[in-house]
Amino acid sequence: MTDDKPTSHPKRVRKETVKMAKQKPEDRRTNFDEVALGYTEDQAISEAERCLQCPIPQCVKGCPVEIEIPEFIRLIGERKYNEAIKELKRKNSLPAICGRVCPQEEQCQKQCIMGKTGEAISIGRLERFLADWELKKPVEVPRKAPFTNKRVAVIGAGPAGLTAAAELAKLGHRVTILESLHKPGGVLVYGIPEFRLPKRIVASEVNYVKRLGVTIEKNILVGKTHTIPELLNGGFNAVFIGTGAGLPRFMRIPGENLGGIYSANEFLIRVNLMKSYKFPNFDTPIRIGKKVAVIGAGNVAMDSARSALRLGADEVSIVYRRSREEMPARVEEVENAEEEGIIMRLLTNPIRFIGDENGSVRKMECMRMQLGDPDESGRRRPIPIDGSEFIIDVDTVIIAIGRTPNPIIQKTTEGLETTKRNTVVIDESTGETSIKGVYAGGDIVTGEATVISAMGAGKRAAKAIHEYLMGKAGT
Amino acid sequence: MKVMHKVLKKIDLAPRIKLLEIDAPKIAVKAKAGQFVIMRIDEKGERFPLTLADWDPKNGMITIVFLEVGVSTIKLGAIEAGENVRDILGPLGNPSDIKHLGSVAVVCGGVGTAAAYPIAKALKKAGNQVVSIIGAKTEELLILEDEMRSSSDELYISTDDGSKGHKGFVSEVLETLIETGYRFDLVYAIGPPLMMKATVNVTKHHSIKTIVSLNPIMVDGMGMCGACRVTVDGRTKFACLDGPEFDGNLVDFDELIKRLRAYLPEEKQAMSQLDEM
Ligand SMILES: Cc1cc2nc3c(=O)[nH]c(=O)nc-3n(C[C@H](O)[C@H](O)[C@H](O)COP(=O)(O)OP(=O)(O)OC[C@H]3O[C@@H](n4cnc5c(N)ncnc54)[C@H](O)[C@@H]3O)c2cc1C
Ligand code: FES
Repeated sequence: MTDDKPTSHPKRVRKETVKMAKQKPEDRRTNFDEVALGYTEDQAISEAERCLQCPIPQCVKGCPVEIEIPEFIRLIGERKYNEAIKELKRKNSLPAICGRVCPQEEQCQKQCIMGKTGEAISIGRLERFLADWELKKPVEVPRKAPFTNKRVAVIGAGPAGLTAAAELAKLGHRVTILESLHKPGGVLVYGIPEFRLPKRIVASEVNYVKRLGVTIEKNILVGKTHTIPELLNGGFNAVFIGTGAGLPRFMRIPGENLGGIYSANEFLIRVNLMKSYKFPNFDTPIRIGKKVAVIGAGNVAMDSARSALRLGADEVSIVYRRSREEMPARVEEVENAEEEGIIMRLLTNPIRFIGDENGSVRKMECMRMQLGDPDESGRRRPIPIDGSEFIIDVDTVIIAIGRTPNPIIQKTTEGLETTKRNTVVIDESTGETSIKGVYAGGDIVTGEATVISAMGAGKRAAKAIHEYLMGKAGT
Repeated sequence: MKVMHKVLKKIDLAPRIKLLEIDAPKIAVKAKAGQFVIMRIDEKGERFPLTLADWDPKNGMITIVFLEVGVSTIKLGAIEAGENVRDILGPLGNPSDIKHLGSVAVVCGGVGTAAAYPIAKALKKAGNQVVSIIGAKTEELLILEDEMRSSSDELYISTDDGSKGHKGFVSEVLETLIETGYRFDLVYAIGPPLMMKATVNVTKHHSIKTIVSLNPIMVDGMGMCGACRVTVDGRTKFACLDGPEFDGNLVDFDELIKRLRAYLPEEKQAMSQLDEM
């Protein structure tokens, strides 16, 4: 299947990357265990040896947090894993997560010289290998600076908030994370499924942040339970907003509120956060039909489709209005989905849902699309083909067409500047918002983006908050 | 940090209707009439909403009243004073818009009376003439009669079987009052969807503005899932974010009722599991 024997001739560089073992499609369709199994040590070394160690590495330019990629790969090749993980963690504090979920083919691996003539180095798999290697050892908590007596409130325990909190704690500040859900992790716990990102990995990252001395208070919805001015008046010297983009978009077409139609967020929250795949052992139910249609083709859509399959649907299709080329999901996840038997209905757009007398969805009317000229997003615009309407049978529909910023803080914080899209406006270099001492980063600022960019934003803001707090201490 | 919420007091108000006072200081200082909380009882529990029936900022506690209908409310009903609830998030939703308007009718049924109580109290405090109509299936199931009486200028009672007060529905009592010359500047209708729908049918006829408090299925309670979506004036709204109160004349109650039934088979399955335990 996938266990390529490593070659013993590193001089003649192989064009093909070392494949990573996966659970077989017919097995994994029925379980929630992780699909990709990771490199063995031999495989990792063999892949590391393919790296040309370019003097001017292009991959680093493709990385949103500029990890010294050739350096950590070189250290893997020399079996110096401890040094390698330290190098990696200088720039990326969540490698076990990023190694699994980053869109490498759009970032570092897109730039890799090896990719011009053969396959790019599998940087993500090497990153994961190192991080998993480290997870097997007892956690080392880095030395912290002496306490500064400054308190920072971090709102939201997603990648942006967790990173900002960790960095600030290392600098000696007292940090409290305020999280509205009953579990920290943001999208990593409520959105991305177990089979792609095991929750024990998220839990160990959260634990690491706690071990740094960060307090995590759950079930606190800032804007309702506390407001930002209250936090600033109540002893916090600075605030970081990392509340993410969790408000689901709907299509606004007839029949959308029929039973059996979920937002991807509702579906994934039920499945991942509430563990409804273990219903009735866990109390939260999920209704899954025989024929499931998932609207959209991003990571969220792939995660929903593959979860639906694992919950026992007979047939799951992705319904997408553009073509394969424009699909925003990670390439690897599209491949995984297809291997598992997910049907791709491309150039297809729903225009109406049809229900039965109980108000449950039964059919979906669609139109065929063709691609026109590129739109603002640079992707070719889908145009409906006149008279192409057709009907398909469905009994569960999952709408995964995008998410917008969580709105509660913007509504309840006077003086916080926001855009028309309801994102929070910041100074790009510091992350500071229109309110002094209040910073923001991650999806709440960019709109839906990536784990790595949220992490980078948390890190940048932590640095600026530190300067703000220490500068203020001097005056 | 583990913050558990201790149940301080438990009262059986009626068969299958219970009142709990729970330690939740952060919510108690912020709560306003019309708001709700999301609870999760234990590690395996689901998240579900309950409207606040009362709160005491000084002693840091909140009061909730619920009917044991499903797995979660039955589990909650089994919790005794001194035991804990795992998670409570709130206060959620927009507070009622309490103003001095003149004369206001507060029409409520079933456990909706508990949700209406803080609103009646606030309306009275704001100087309104408050006429309350409370209803239940039978006299035995009537709750908070004394509390409602003390926060209203007039109180009317109705039961489906006529065991106390008017025999029939609260909406009929309202209609009679209007027809006998009562003039209301606003009506609040809080209770089962069919009761709210019937009340709105009466007030629509007399062009009286009517606020309803909706109780759809919710998961997060803060705008992240859309389970709580309702159609108001032809547009989709999230009850947790945009509500829970809406102009009753504009609400699509039939859709709400169908959406509330979405998990009936699963609910049955979970209940039979609960029976076996
Ligand atoms: C299903 C799914 C799959 C994805 N797959 C990938 C992938 O493969 N690769 C990738 O790079 N990216 C992926 N993403 C995107 C990525 O997860 C996000 O870009 C990233 O998590 C954003 O991080 P964040 O910290 O800004 O926000 P979030 O992760 O959204 O965290 C925000 C946190 O703030 C909390 N919160 C919100 N409002 C409040 C408030 N008022 N008070 C207190 N707390 C609040 C929320 O509960 C949440 O825990 C995926 C997203 C989803 C939904
Ligand atoms: S309950 Fe989830 S959006 Fe309202």
